[in-house]
Amino acid sequence: MEIHEYKAHELHSLLKKGEISSVEITKAFLKRIDTIDPTINSFLNITHEAALSQAKEADNRIKNKNAGPLTGVPYALKDVVVTKDITTTCGSKMLYNFKPPYNATVYNHLKKAGMVMLGKTNMDEFAMGSSNENSAFCTCKNPWDIERIPGGSSGGSAAAVAAELAPVSFGSDTGGSIRQPASHCGVIGMKPTYGRVSRYGLIAFASSLDQIGPFAKSIKDIAELLNIISGHDQCDSTSVQIEIPDYTKALNKGIKGIKIGVPHQYFTEGIDPDVEKAIKKTLITAEGLGAEIIDIDLPYTEYSVAVYYIIAPAEASSNLARYDGVKYGYRFKETSQLLDMYKKTRLNGFGSEVKRRILIGTFALSAGYYDAYFKKASQIRTLIINDFKNAFKNVDVIMTPVAPTAAFKFGFAKDPLKMYLSDIFTLPASLAGIPGMSLPCGFDSNNMPIGLQILGSYFNEETILTVANALEKTIKLNYKKPSK
Amino acid sequence: MSNKITLQEIKKVADLARLDINDDELSEISIQLAGILEYIDKLNEVDTTDIIPTFHTIDLKNVFRKDVVKESLPLEHVLNNSPQNDGETFIVPRII
Repeated sequence: MEIHEYKAHELHSLLKKGEISSVEITKAFLKRIDTIDPTINSFLNITHEAALSQAKEADNRIKNKNAGPLTGVPYALKDVVVTKDITTTCGSKMLYNFKPPYNATVYNHLKKAGMVMLGKTNMDEFAMGSSNENSAFCTCKNPWDIERIPGGSSGGSAAAVAAELAPVSFGSDTGGSIRQPASHCGVIGMKPTYGRVSRYGLIAFASSLDQIGPFAKSIKDIAELLNIISGHDQCDSTSVQIEIPDYTKALNKGIKGIKIGVPHQYFTEGIDPDVEKAIKKTLITAEGLGAEIIDIDLPYTEYSVAVYYIIAPAEASSNLARYDGVKYGYRFKETSQLLDMYKKTRLNGFGSEVKRRILIGTFALSAGYYDAYFKKASQIRTLIINDFKNAFKNVDVIMTPVAPTAAFKFGFAKDPLKMYLSDIFTLPASLAGIPGMSLPCGFDSNNMPIGLQILGSYFNEETILTVANALEKTIKLNYKKPSK
Repeated sequence: MSNKITLQEIKKVADLARLDINDDELSEISIQLAGILEYIDKLNEVDTTDIIPTFHTIDLKNVFRKDVVKESLPLEHVLNNSPQNDGETFIVPRII
């Protein structure tokens, strides 16, 4: 078995036994990235030097018996998370040269855990997109078929794990940006409950929706990573001050008697028959393991795209007002007028999807339209939340597809609305703030991976992990890999 | 709400958002926005009388902490990222 084939917790066991050093592991991954990534483009910035110095530190900690559960294991970090003195672009020309003066809380947690950052991963600009085609620098490809999208916006983080360029990685999810690329790349991706993980240092897109979460090839790794990144942070007043469980304990439980809700609203509009077949087959597997399948009703599901594409752009239009060419990043210099400088900086610095969303958001918040758009959408958001609250009175988890189809080819969704509609199955959980996971569960007729979405109630990531762990053991899909 | 967004309105919104948009882009954007807003009009199917809007999904209350003086980021680290500065302040085109 080669180094890149191991899961994160397996690498750590090798490290602890002294069979290999973190420096050796890190060098192996860096070499693999240098060789393979030019065809995948999952990284925007490979941090060779920082990685090797973090690996040396990890080796010392292991030697001094001061190691945590994933000390010395490398990871990749979405370029939306700020890292002190390491260029953080958010996939945008606007921040092409931005060297953050501080660290995100999540990055500090990872450093404290002794994990080793290999680099910063590719993404749709400012996390806006479902295909990675909106990256200002280069388009990340799907390792299963490089003519297809890896998904977005955390496409780079998902593709890096799928291509085994990193054993684990991190992304951010605003409307599905972890779950959808995980589904398209055939890896596990998890969005924790809103408020579970600090957003301090996560470059803001839509502040009531954004949440950081992990990608991995095993549920055990996901549990270990959640242990590392979760918890209240004084620097983020929306991170919740409640006890963090040891997520690995959720893996000791079985799923006998667990109630799985299946909403018929997720099996109608435009769903690919291969996707439906794979999900239904997994439901039968879960039933075989002793779970109970219950039909549930989430009647406001169909409004989630319209609600999301008001709320998220509205929040974005406010968050992105800070990019004005004064404090950091790109500035249009060929003018002596301040207002002209702002407007041309934003014209040239932002890509077209970002500008489109700023316009929609500004429009929805502007005088005369606020009630009709922003307030109306926020009211229907309440109804979507009530849907989930009612459902979770009777079930422990909800299972649905992550996306209506497997990864499509580049250029397929040129019309922005068509792209937005492909987010239909991930948006409701984002709007409600509940946790969700994408677990690989099958392949379509083009041999592209299909993800099962497992949703849990607020701060109940554990039940998702329990169910996913039981399914993972049974369906063993993680052993299949893209051929290169 | 009406799904007819005029070119005039888009120009006004772009101005509010401090975005310069040239005329070529304007016509494409107006078609896209009209399509998106037409879809969003779907929201009108839902009766939302007396429904309290959600702006945050978790029960957030004001978070207070002691007002303690702490070290700030060093000035030079903050200024380092700016396109133009004089070592003490950001430099921008003259306003007055």
